[in-house]
Amino acid sequence: MTETHETLAHEFIAKTVAEHPVVLFMKGVPDQPGCGFSATVVQILDHLGVDFAGVNVLQSDALRQGIKSYSDWPTIPQLYVKGDFVGGCDIIREMYATGELKTLLNDQGLLAA
Amino acid sequence: MPMPAADLEAHLREAFPDATIEIEDLAGDGDHYKARIVSTAFAGLNRVRQHQLVYAALKGKMGGELHALALETSPTA
Repeated sequence: MTETHETLAHEFIAKTVAEHPVVLFMKGVPDQPGCGFSATVVQILDHLGVDFAGVNVLQSDALRQGIKSYSDWPTIPQLYVKGDFVGGCDIIREMYATGELKTLLNDQGLLAA
Repeated sequence: MPMPAADLEAHLREAFPDATIEIEDLAGDGDHYKARIVSTAFAGLNRVRQHQLVYAALKGKMGGELHALALETSPTA
C-alpha cells in the first residue's frame, strides 16, 4: 500500500467517525457479518439498542490496512464512539459484561431513554 | 501460519518478566489462543493501552502469524 492510499484511508476513517457517533469497522455488514468477532460486537450493539454505522473493511485493502494503522490496533472489528477508539471484540465483550459499555453510551446520550 | 504456545509465552514473558501468564489453545490448532496476563506494567492504563502493549510485545505477529488471540489483561490478580 502506498502512503497516498494510507492517507486517503485515514481521511475517510476520520470523516466517518466524525459524522457518526457510533461506528463499527467490521468484516462484512451488520446484517451479514463475515467473521465471528465482528458478529459478536454487532449482537452486543443490537442488544443495547444503539444505532451504529457499520463499515465493511473488506471492500478495500487500503481501508483494511488503514484502520489498523489509524488506531495502532492490529485486528478487526474496531468500535468508535464519538470519534474515539473504544476497543476490539474482547474489550467490547468485557465492557458489555461489566455494564461499562452501556454507561459509556448512556453518558454520551446514545441510548434511547 | 500457526505459532506454538511455548513461543507465544516466550514472547510475552520477554516483554512482561513479572507477569502471571496463562495461555489456552482454544481450537487446538496453534492459531486461536486466549492469554490471560497479569502484570504491574498495566497499572494505570486503560484496556486499549494494555492490549496495545501486548500487541507491541508480539512485534507485528498479531494479525499475521497469529490469527486470533483473545486477551484478558489486568494489573492485579
